[in-house]
Amino acid sequence: MLQFILRRLGTMVLTALCLTFIVFFLTNLAPNLEKVAKTQGNARMSDQDVNSWLDKRGYLAPLPVKYGQWLGILPGYTHQDDDGVITGRCISKDNTAQTAPTFCGVLQGHWGLSTVFRKPVLSVISERLALTGWLMMWVMIVMVPGALIIGVFAGMREGSRTDRSLSTVSILTTATPEYVSGVIFIALLASSKFGISPLLNEWGWIETKTLFKGTATSAMKEITFVNFFLPVITIALYGMGYIARMTRASMTEVMTAQYIRTARLKGVSFPAIVMKHALRNALIAPFTVIMLQIPWLLNGVVIVETLFNYKGFGWTLVQAAGNNDIELLLGVSVVSVVVVLVTQLISDIGYVYLNPRIRIS
Amino acid sequence: MEPLSWGAITLRMLAQFAPVWIALIATFTVSIIYKRKLGLYGKLFDSTIGMIGFGLVMFWVFTAILGGPMDMIVTHDALTQISGLKNKTPGVVVPGAQENGLYSYYLLGGDNLARDVFSRMVKGSWVVIAIAPLATLFAFMVGITLGLPAGYFGGKLDTALSFFANLILAFPVILLFYLLVTPEIVETGIPSYMAAVLFIFPLIFATVLLNSRYHTQPRIRTPLLIGVLVVLGWLYLSTISEVGSKIAILPSFLDGFDVPGGILVVFVSVVFVNSPTVFRIVRSLALDIKTRDYVAAAQTRGEGAWYIMLWEILPNARGPLIVDFCLRIGYTTILLGTLGFFGLGLPPESPDWGSTINEGRKLLSIYLHPALPPALALLSLVLGLNLLADGLREESLRD
Repeated sequence: MLQFILRRLGTMVLTALCLTFIVFFLTNLAPNLEKVAKTQGNARMSDQDVNSWLDKRGYLAPLPVKYGQWLGILPGYTHQDDDGVITGRCISKDNTAQTAPTFCGVLQGHWGLSTVFRKPVLSVISERLALTGWLMMWVMIVMVPGALIIGVFAGMREGSRTDRSLSTVSILTTATPEYVSGVIFIALLASSKFGISPLLNEWGWIETKTLFKGTATSAMKEITFVNFFLPVITIALYGMGYIARMTRASMTEVMTAQYIRTARLKGVSFPAIVMKHALRNALIAPFTVIMLQIPWLLNGVVIVETLFNYKGFGWTLVQAAGNNDIELLLGVSVVSVVVVLVTQLISDIGYVYLNPRIRIS
Repeated sequence: MEPLSWGAITLRMLAQFAPVWIALIATFTVSIIYKRKLGLYGKLFDSTIGMIGFGLVMFWVFTAILGGPMDMIVTHDALTQISGLKNKTPGVVVPGAQENGLYSYYLLGGDNLARDVFSRMVKGSWVVIAIAPLATLFAFMVGITLGLPAGYFGGKLDTALSFFANLILAFPVILLFYLLVTPEIVETGIPSYMAAVLFIFPLIFATVLLNSRYHTQPRIRTPLLIGVLVVLGWLYLSTISEVGSKIAILPSFLDGFDVPGGILVVFVSVVFVNSPTVFRIVRSLALDIKTRDYVAAAQTRGEGAWYIMLWEILPNARGPLIVDFCLRIGYTTILLGTLGFFGLGLPPESPDWGSTINEGRKLLSIYLHPALPPALALLSLVLGLNLLADGLREESLRD
């Protein structure tokens, strides 16, 4: 087991290095650098000005060298002005050229400076990630039990009317991407002119103009049911169908097993069979699916945060990518890649741990 | 003239879709009459779910073909703006329609640039139907060509290919889109190079497929291969080479057609995102099927490795692959919508559903009608594909 985890960790590190290098390569292509120089410096810079601007900030070094500097295994660049002022990657207000460390990259905890937010990348990411963490937490709280209940009820009696209607519902939710369901939900529940809100308001059931809020900006300060329900349900629904279908498949398989038949013949009641005998075995497969669903949630988060204007991690990704904020983009990809790989690892380990029939050779 | 009521709007829309209804009824009648002779396709008409799914999918296919290139269903031009109809509600009267020979109403209202929402929705279906199935097919070619040897041979090849597949899969899709589909990256020519690599897989696939089957009969093989390769090669070179871009191999008189730059980039990135998943599915199917007896029999007969992979393993993996193909077209549709939603790749005035939803959502709390029709259209198409896949799975498991 330990060897397995170590090997997986090795692959993870290699994958993370490759991925960040790809992001590094794509963001450091010449047209992208020119765009950075022109947005940060002056839109009407001549080619020569652009070059000197980039050179001063160490952008013109060869790609592997730049990557090494960002990683922190090569000494950070330094640049000496005509006046003798030394600037460099590791030199800031607090660290003069003499006291600055030679290496400062991700490994040393220097993630660089975001050009869009004009703040250190690490503080931007941690702040935004916390906001997204709340969103993810509520999504999980809604999605996982909902999906498991739907799946178990559908798979309990295969082919019954409950099964058919629940299965159709789960197909419907997997067929509705977030940007479609979000729009429909806002139209039905959060519009002051259409849907059910005007009706409820007229009847005096709700005091406010709309039942739910169409934006989640206020949820960044204080999460309430009214401002957070729609984004959460929008992400949760899309993931729910898939998990429910996996649960149903695994439940139907378990329900045809020999030990269930034995229990039935012994006269155990149907609820007891489901609760005591079937459920535990049926929930092994969905566990892996739930873990592997987390990277997909990340996509949903980007869409929903853009749609509902909730300024979390996904929104930051869009801002960073749209403005070619190189350091922030690298930070964002490091975080998301780590999330993806860690969930994969947990799902693998959990699968082995939960299922005694599988042993790693 | 008065604006139309909702009943009149519905009736008029049904009438506009008349060619689609005729085509649908014809398809269903013919298919149901001959369903016993049509194999898996015919069996689809035994399951209600499958039929509903098939109906939804074919509705949009016919709408796309008849409304897109043939201009039949649409009531107005998708790009024409008529002043005074900005954000007007469904059923609004078009001023001066009689004099200018236009349709007298905007059936589903006007959008924020005073264009007809109904016609844009119909035109948008063509963007999806033209790109999604073809892109999925390419992803399958790439996935099959790489996944079969990875599963069959195993070893170092498998390790390397699986590592790359997992590498791409670990990327958040939207980040990848943002990195690939920006004007700056297009300027460097990277998407064109990726197209050059990805589009060569159908050629390899066809060559290996035919060669492994006919290599014992050179008299059939040689002319067949030359014919197929000339046609495919010309298609390949016409697609990737574009005068004035980074790759301009073909002289312009030989360049049969040009794929508009934006579409090519979108196409490439969608294929790129989809192929690793197909690779994983094909690989695991190959791993499973290669232990069967008929594969052992073929090995004993002394068949070549590629013959076994393409003519023994692949046909026996067709069931799950067909089902996944349907699901994946739906997923590709969702991805195309995502690209449009973030305003990536396709030109901003493009009528595709993702872009129209993105435009409509900005005014969502005041005007619903520009955003809802494309949203429901996309939902129904993807739902149809999912139901179709479900029906196919059920029917293919039955025997």
